[in-house]
Amino acid sequence: MPSLKDLKNRIGSVKNTRKITKAMQMVAAAKLRRAQDAAEAARPYADRMAAVMAGLTANAAGSASAPRLLAGTGADRKHLLVVMTSERGLAGGFNSTIVKLARQHADRLRGEGKEVAILTVGKKGREQLKREYGSLFVSHVDMSEVKRVGYDNARAIADDVLDRFEAGDFDVATLFYNRFESVISQVPTARQIIPAEMPEGQAAGGATALYDYEPGEEAILADLLPRSVATQVFAALLENAASEQGARMTAMDNATRNAGEMIDRLTTEYNRSRQAAITKELIEIISGAEAL
Amino acid sequence: MADTMQFDLVSPERRLVSVPVREVRLPGTDGDLTAMPGHAPTIVTLRPGLVTVIGADGTASDFAVTGGFVEISADSVSLLAERGHRREEITQEIFNEMMTDAHRNRRAAETKRDAAGEDVVTAAVKLLADMEALGTHIGLDPNHPNFPD
Repeated sequence: MPSLKDLKNRIGSVKNTRKITKAMQMVAAAKLRRAQDAAEAARPYADRMAAVMAGLTANAAGSASAPRLLAGTGADRKHLLVVMTSERGLAGGFNSTIVKLARQHADRLRGEGKEVAILTVGKKGREQLKREYGSLFVSHVDMSEVKRVGYDNARAIADDVLDRFEAGDFDVATLFYNRFESVISQVPTARQIIPAEMPEGQAAGGATALYDYEPGEEAILADLLPRSVATQVFAALLENAASEQGARMTAMDNATRNAGEMIDRLTTEYNRSRQAAITKELIEIISGAEAL
Repeated sequence: MADTMQFDLVSPERRLVSVPVREVRLPGTDGDLTAMPGHAPTIVTLRPGLVTVIGADGTASDFAVTGGFVEISADSVSLLAERGHRREEITQEIFNEMMTDAHRNRRAAETKRDAAGEDVVTAAVKLLADMEALGTHIGLDPNHPNFPD
């Protein structure tokens, strides 16, 4: 049985832990609000871009001269997986869910005899994938210096991916990130960015088909496709940032609650041992007095 | 017909401007154009330059953009620019940043000249020239010594 002093120390240390997790939870809540605002602010651009792209691609998809970014290389042999995770841990299942999804994809593709290359964004995913897939890594983007995700970060990643595509390093690129659904729910998502995947149905016809294009449709499409890739990467980064803070908030909330429960339990135990010690002393005194 | 239309200037990070306007003058890739209410639906790519907006009260304001594209319809103009600033907000510092981007872009284009062809380099050089013209136009020094070559 632990001594009274030991118990007291334990209670003290758990109380400190609770303070830390509580603080982390509040920090995550504040950052989450900011990340959500950023995601909200980025929506008009992404929506417009998607709408214009839908109109353009509906017309271009059928033609034989469609750009390779849209039509693909015609092969489906080499795949690039862009795995986006966070730089910091203590965010519950945030990183492992993304890694798990990416791993499933990689295994499935390799099972089908295809080549897989992995580009990691964020340290945590890299660490988790390193042992098994280290030989497949082609590049890593370090986000630890980035305080706030900006469009420049997204463009740097997109440029890297596009350069590799131009060089013929892969046929299909897929993003892995956590889609932010709510504070308690983040959905690991795989999204194909190259060749561009267009929402079906709504793209055909509609008002967008009436536009005049200047310069020609194909020139605009060639200009827009790389931008569209960057926009999608940016959207994924923002979703990921919000998800990370949401996951951390939930994880830290649980940790704080668990610490509270532990403190209650330890306090009960402490009081019980203290009472036992007092009773023991009393018995000693009384039996000593009776012996006289 | 209404004599104003909705003008939105949107960057990837946020909506910069959203106001009713009478007309918008745009630096299109194939030449400048002016959009007024009732314009035929058009999508135009832009070169770096100044966008002039005539507000509902007749006052003009200028925005500098580094390219992008614009979606014109009868009652709205949406400009999607990767970077957009009010003319009066552009300092030498911001302009330098834009120029550095353009320079970097040109160098990147030159390194892959073999793979992508001469057109990419021509486009990048043209972009840089347009940026320089923009700088001269608003009275900023496009040949700041800090640019890496």
